[in-house]
Amino acid sequence: MTTPPSPDALDTYTLNMGPQHPSTHGVLRMKLTLRGEEIVVAEPVIGYSHRAHEKMAENRTYAQFLPNTSRQDYLSGMIYNFAWVEAVEKMAGIAVPERALVARVILAEFNRIASHLLWIGAFLLDLGAATPFLYAWDDREAILFLLESVTGSRLTYCTGRFGGLSKDLDADFPHRAREVMGKLKARWQEYVRLIEDNVIFVNRTKGVGVMSRDVCLSYGVTGPTLRGSGVPYDVRKAEPYGAYARFAFDVPTRGEGDVFARYMVRTLEMQQSVRIIEQALEQLPDGPILNPDSIGVKKRLKLPVGTQYYAVESARGHYGILIVSEGGTEPYRAKFRTPSYPNLAVLAEVMPGHMVADAVAVLGSVDLVLPEVDR
Amino acid sequence: MGAIHGLLARLTGDFGATLVLGAGLILGFLTFNVLFLIWLERKVSAHAQRRLGPMEVGFHGSLQTIADMLKLLSKQLVTPLATDHFTFLFAPILIFIPTICLTSLVPLGNAQAFAEMPNGLAVVVVLSGVTVIAIFMAGWSSNNKYAVLGGMRSVAQVVAYEIPVLLSALSVVLIAQSLNLHQIVAGQHVPYVLYEPVAALIFFVGITAETNRAPFDIPEAESELVGGFHTEYTGMRFALFFFAEYTNMLVLGAVGATLFLGGWKGPWVGSLPWLGPLYVLLKAYLVVFMMMWARWTFPRLRFDQLMNFAWKLLIPVALVNLLVTAVVLQALPRP
Repeated sequence: MTTPPSPDALDTYTLNMGPQHPSTHGVLRMKLTLRGEEIVVAEPVIGYSHRAHEKMAENRTYAQFLPNTSRQDYLSGMIYNFAWVEAVEKMAGIAVPERALVARVILAEFNRIASHLLWIGAFLLDLGAATPFLYAWDDREAILFLLESVTGSRLTYCTGRFGGLSKDLDADFPHRAREVMGKLKARWQEYVRLIEDNVIFVNRTKGVGVMSRDVCLSYGVTGPTLRGSGVPYDVRKAEPYGAYARFAFDVPTRGEGDVFARYMVRTLEMQQSVRIIEQALEQLPDGPILNPDSIGVKKRLKLPVGTQYYAVESARGHYGILIVSEGGTEPYRAKFRTPSYPNLAVLAEVMPGHMVADAVAVLGSVDLVLPEVDR
Repeated sequence: MGAIHGLLARLTGDFGATLVLGAGLILGFLTFNVLFLIWLERKVSAHAQRRLGPMEVGFHGSLQTIADMLKLLSKQLVTPLATDHFTFLFAPILIFIPTICLTSLVPLGNAQAFAEMPNGLAVVVVLSGVTVIAIFMAGWSSNNKYAVLGGMRSVAQVVAYEIPVLLSALSVVLIAQSLNLHQIVAGQHVPYVLYEPVAALIFFVGITAETNRAPFDIPEAESELVGGFHTEYTGMRFALFFFAEYTNMLVLGAVGATLFLGGWKGPWVGSLPWLGPLYVLLKAYLVVFMMMWARWTFPRLRFDQLMNFAWKLLIPVALVNLLVTAVVLQALPRP
C-alpha cells in the first residue's frame, strides 16, 4: 500500500466522495486524498446503511427471516433468498422436489441476468453515457415482468420455502421465458455495437483499475471481479449446489484484471446464464413444487444442534451463510459472508495513482451493493 | 419593424433605437431558443433511448420547459456563506454577455447582421473564449471542491480546444481571403465543408468541447463532480448556466454554419431575402442536433484523454490541414 502523505502536506487535499454522491451507488463514502486530480490515498468508509441483519436473524424464526434475505442484496435478491432456504433445508434435512430444484435455478439465473444488466447500465452511466442505461433498464424490465408473474414481486423476492417454492411455474412460463431470452440475445448484438466497439469506452476501461490475481486472492475478492483477474472460481462449479451440477456451462475468465475485463466477464456470464436456463427449461420435470411433508411457514421449524456453512454464487460473488443452531426455533448466530465487502476493501489498494474519473469507473466496475456491504 | 424603430428613434436617437431593438430581438429570440432547445434535447434523448420524452404539458410536451422554468423561477436562491459573494453572483450574468455579443455578429442575410465588424471572425474567436472566465469564476467563488475541480477542468479544456477551432477557422479564412464573416459567406458558391471536410470536423469537435457538451462535458461531469462548477447554484442562477450552455450551442452552431455550410445562402434567397435568417437558423439547428446526437451516444472522456485528444491529434491534424490548404491555394491559379 502507498504510504499516506503527512497531514501537513500542502500539495494534497481531501475530497469526500459521498455518502451523497451520484455515483457511489447508495451510501458509500470514499475519502480521497488528491494531488490535483490524482488519487494519493483512497479510503472507503462504510456503515451508512447498516441494518443489523445478522442480529435480526437471531431474534426471528427461520421462516420469519425469509423476507430479510432478499433485502441484503436487493439486485439479486432471489439468489440470497434461495441461499437461506437451501442452508436451512440442508441443516434440517428437508427433501426438495425435483421441479422446485430446477425452477430455483431458472429463477436465480434470470435474477443474475437482471442484476448484470442493471450493472451495465449503471456502469455506463458512471462513464457518462446515459443511453445504454435505459437500454439495459428496458431489457431488465422484461425479466422483472417474468419474475413478477411467478413470484408476485419485482425486486425483493420472497418466493423460497423450506422444501420448495411458494408458487409453481405456470404452463405458459417456458414460452414466455424463451421469448425474453430471444429478445435479450438480439439486444446483445446492439450492446456490442454501442458499448464494446466504442473507442471512448475502450479507452476509458482498458488498463484502468488493474487488480492482479494475487491482490484479489489476498483480499478475498470473488465473483466477476475475481474472474476478470484470471481466477476461474465460481461456486456453481467449485462446489455445485442445488441442481447446478446437471447443467453444462462455462466460467468465463479474462486475464487482464482491468475494468474492461470485468465488463467482458459479466457480459459473457449473462450468455452462460441463458445457456443454463435453456437447459433447465428442457429438463423441467413435472410434479409438486413444494414438499408436502415440509414444515410450512406458520409452523415452527427447529433445527438440530450444529453449525452449517452454505455458499452460493450470487451476481457479485461468493455469498456464504453460517448458521449456528442450539436446537431452538431461532438461530443462535447467523453470519453472512457478503461478496461486496472484500470487493470494496480491495479498492483502497487499487485506486491510488488513478484520476478522479477513473475512481468512478473502478468503483462502478466491481458492482457494489452498499446495503449488502453493511448488512 | 421600421415603424417601431422610428418610434424608438424619437425617444432615444437613431443609435439608441437600433441598440434597444437589436438587444430586445436577440434576447427575446435567445430565450425562445433555449426553451426550444431544452425541449429538443429531451426529445432527442428520449427517441435515442426508445422513450417518448415529455408528453403531458402542451402538444408533445412543447410547454414542458416553460413549466420547468416557472418552477426554477419560484425556487429560493441560496447563497452559501463561504462563497465570494460578488464573484458568485456575477458569474451567471457574465456568462451571458459574450454569447449575446456573438449572436449580433452572425450575418443573417445579404446585408443583415446586428453588428458589422471588419474582422468579425477574430472577435468571434475571442468572445467564445470569454465564457470560460465566467465558468471559472463560478467554480472558484463557490468555495466547493467539486466546483473548483470543475472550473479548473473547464479552463484547461477551453484553452486546449480553442486552438484547433482557431486553426480550422483559419483554413476557411485562407480560402475566403477575409476575416469578415460577410465576405466569408459571400465567397461560398459551394459550402466550404466540401473544400475543407477535415477542418469542418475539427471545428465541430472543438465547439462541442467549448460548449462543455458530452462527450467533453468533464467540467460538469455529474457522475464524478456532482454538478461541477455549478454545484452550489440554485434556482434561476443555475438556470442561467443552463441557458448559457444552450445559447452557446446555437450561436457556435450558427458560426459553424456561417463558416462551413454557406451561412444565409440557400435556394431562392436571392428573390426572397427573408429566407436568409431562416437558412442560418436551420443550419445552426442541424449542427446543434448533431451535438445532441453525439451526447446521447458516447461515454465521457477522461480528463487526460481529452487533453491528449486536443494536443496530440486535433492540433497537429489542423496544422497539417492548414498547411495543405495554403500550399494548394498557392499552387492554384488566382481567379
